[in-house]
Amino acid sequence: MSGVEGFMYPNEYGLQWSVLIVLYPFITGLVAGAFILASLERVFHVEAVKPTYRLALLTALSFLIVAPLPLQLHLGHPERSPEMYFTPHSTSAMAMFGYVYLWYLMAVLVLEIWLDYRREIVLLAQSSKGLLRIVYSIMTLGSSNISVRSLAIDNRAGWIVTIVGIPSAFILHGYVGFIFGSIKANPWWSSPLMPVVFIFSAMVSGIACVMVLYMAITKLRKQPIDIRCVDSIAMYLFYVFIIDFSLEMLDLIHRVYEADESFRSLNFLVHTQLYIPHIVIQIFIGTLTPIILLGITQVVHLPEIVRKRMYATAGCLTLVGIFAMRWNVVIGGQLFSKSFLGYTTYKIGLVSKEGLLVAVFLSILPLFILWALIKLLPPWPVGNEAAPTAGD
Amino acid sequence: MPQAAHPWNGFWRCEVNISRRQILILLPAAAVAWKSVLAGTPEASSNYTMSDHWWGMLIDIPKCIGCGNCVRACQMENDVPDGHFRTWVERYHVSDEDMTNPEVISPDGGKEGFPVAEEDGKKYFFVPKMCNHCADSPCTQVCPVGATFIAPDGVVLVDPKYCLGCAYCVQACPYGCRYIHPTKEVADKCTLCYHRITKGLTTACCESCPTGARQLVDLKDPKDPIHEFLKTHPVQVLKPQMATGAKAFYNGLDGSVR
Repeated sequence: MSGVEGFMYPNEYGLQWSVLIVLYPFITGLVAGAFILASLERVFHVEAVKPTYRLALLTALSFLIVAPLPLQLHLGHPERSPEMYFTPHSTSAMAMFGYVYLWYLMAVLVLEIWLDYRREIVLLAQSSKGLLRIVYSIMTLGSSNISVRSLAIDNRAGWIVTIVGIPSAFILHGYVGFIFGSIKANPWWSSPLMPVVFIFSAMVSGIACVMVLYMAITKLRKQPIDIRCVDSIAMYLFYVFIIDFSLEMLDLIHRVYEADESFRSLNFLVHTQLYIPHIVIQIFIGTLTPIILLGITQVVHLPEIVRKRMYATAGCLTLVGIFAMRWNVVIGGQLFSKSFLGYTTYKIGLVSKEGLLVAVFLSILPLFILWALIKLLPPWPVGNEAAPTAGD
Repeated sequence: MPQAAHPWNGFWRCEVNISRRQILILLPAAAVAWKSVLAGTPEASSNYTMSDHWWGMLIDIPKCIGCGNCVRACQMENDVPDGHFRTWVERYHVSDEDMTNPEVISPDGGKEGFPVAEEDGKKYFFVPKMCNHCADSPCTQVCPVGATFIAPDGVVLVDPKYCLGCAYCVQACPYGCRYIHPTKEVADKCTLCYHRITKGLTTACCESCPTGARQLVDLKDPKDPIHEFLKTHPVQVLKPQMATGAKAFYNGLDGSVR
C-alpha cells in the first residue's frame, strides 16, 4: 500500500478526518477567542480595547455561522445530522455539539449583538429605505423603544449575557478539546490537558485574529489605528500565549519523560512527517517567533510604526501557528497506527468534497460574512451619528 | 347467468393472467426472496431471546495456520468491500532480542494467505483479529446519535439507517476494527454474523476455519465448552489496559501482540 510504512491495521490506511476537521476547531477557536476579547471590555472594563468590542463580536458571529459547515461536508449522511438534536446520545461528547452551538449562537452571540446594536437598529429602521428598511424593521423584533431607561436595561442585560457568555465560550471550545482528549484509543489525543490547551489556544487565535482584522480594516478605511488599543490587545495576546505555550510544553515534556508504549511511535512521527508542521511551523514560526516579537514590544520602547508592524507580523504568525496546532492534532493523530508499528500519509485532494479548494473557500467565507455584517451593523460611528459602544 | 351481474365481479376485475408454467417459475423465486428477507430480519427469528445470550469469540492462536479462509468467508458472507476488513489475520515475526518491536504483516488482510516465512530461528505465529464486541465499548460510547450500540446479547452493532458517517467511532476503536463503508458512507464492522447466530448457526469465519481456531462462544450458556476452556487455559484479551471489556478471548496470546 503506497504511503504506508511499517504495519498498520488494514482499516487504518486512509485518514477518517480530513482538513475540514482541522478547520472546525480552528474556526470555533477564533469564535471563542474573539468573544473573550470582547468580554474584556464589557465585563472587565478594559477601556483601551473598546474600539474592537463590536468588531470582535461580529467576527465571532461570522466565524460561528461557518463553524458547522466543515462538519456537515465531512459527514457521510449530512441529512441525518438533525438527529443529534432529536436523539442525542448522552455519553457522546460530540452529541453536545448541536446544543452548545445553538446555545452559543442564539443565547449568547446573537442576543448580545442585538442588545448592543438595538438603538442603531431602531434608528436605521426609521432612516433607511426600501429592502434595508424591511430588514432593519425585522431586526428590531418589534421593539422600537429606545428611551434612556430602555437602553439602560439593554446594557444591563448585555452585561449579564456576557457574564454567561464567558463560560459558554470556554465550554464551546473546551468541549472541542474534550472530543479529542477523551479518545483513550489514541495516545496523541488522549490527555486531560487537551481541553485546557484548546481553550487557551482559542483565546490566542481569537485575540490575534481580531487584532489583525482591526488593523487591516482600519487601514482599509484610511482611519488612524488606535495604538493604545492595539498595545493593550498585544499585551493580552502575549500573556495568554505564554500560558498556552507553557501548557503545550508541559504536555510535551510529560509525554517525553513518561515515555509510555506509544512514545517510540510518536517520537518517530514528530521527527519525520510532523517535523515541518509541528516543530518548524507550529513551535518555531507560529509560537516562539510571535512570543519573542510580542515580548520585545513589552520590554523595549519602540516607535509606533515599528510596534504596529511587529503586532501585525506576530498576529499573522500566531494564526499560522494555531492552524498548524489544529493540523498537528487532527491529522497528526491519524498518521500512526494504533498498533504503534507503522505510519500512513495524508494526501489532501484539490477539488474533492473534503479537498483544498473547499477548505480555502470555508476559510475565507467568514470574511465575506463579516464584510456583510459590518455593512449591516457598522461597528464604528457612521457619518454624524456617534454610535455608543457598550458600557456607555 | 351473465358475469356482470355477479356482486363480486368488480372485486375480481384486476385479475392477473398467469399460466401454470409461469407460476411454477415464480413460486420458487418468491420462496427464495422471502427466505432472504427473513435472513435479513433477525428479530423475526423464532426461539431467539436476546437476553438469553452473551456472545463472544474464542481465538486459539496455536491453531491458526494463516490460510485466510475466515477473511474470505467473512467478505463473501457479509459483502465486505475490497480494501476493508471485518476480520483479518496478522502474521507476527518476533525475535527474542526485541520482543516489543515485532515485524507484523497482513497482506490484503491475510485474505490470500501469507508469503513463505524465512528460516531464521525467530518466532512466527498468526493472530486473527476482529471486533472484540466489548462490553464497555469505547466506540458505542462516542456515537453522537446512538446509531451503534451493544445489543442485549452482547453484540456491538451499527444501524446503517441511522449512522451519520461522522467516523468518531472509527477513531475511538483501539483495535482498528471499524471503517466507513465506501458506498454506504456509514460505519461498518463485524456483526458476529448476527443474521446467522440468531438462527442457531455459527459465524462464517468460525464455520470456514479448517482448524477450529475460531469458536463462537455464548457466555450465558452453561453448557458452552468456553467455561471449561477459560478455567483450564491462560486466556487473554487484546490491549487489556484499554479496559474495554473485550469478548474476543485469545488462547496463547504472545506479549508482543498489539
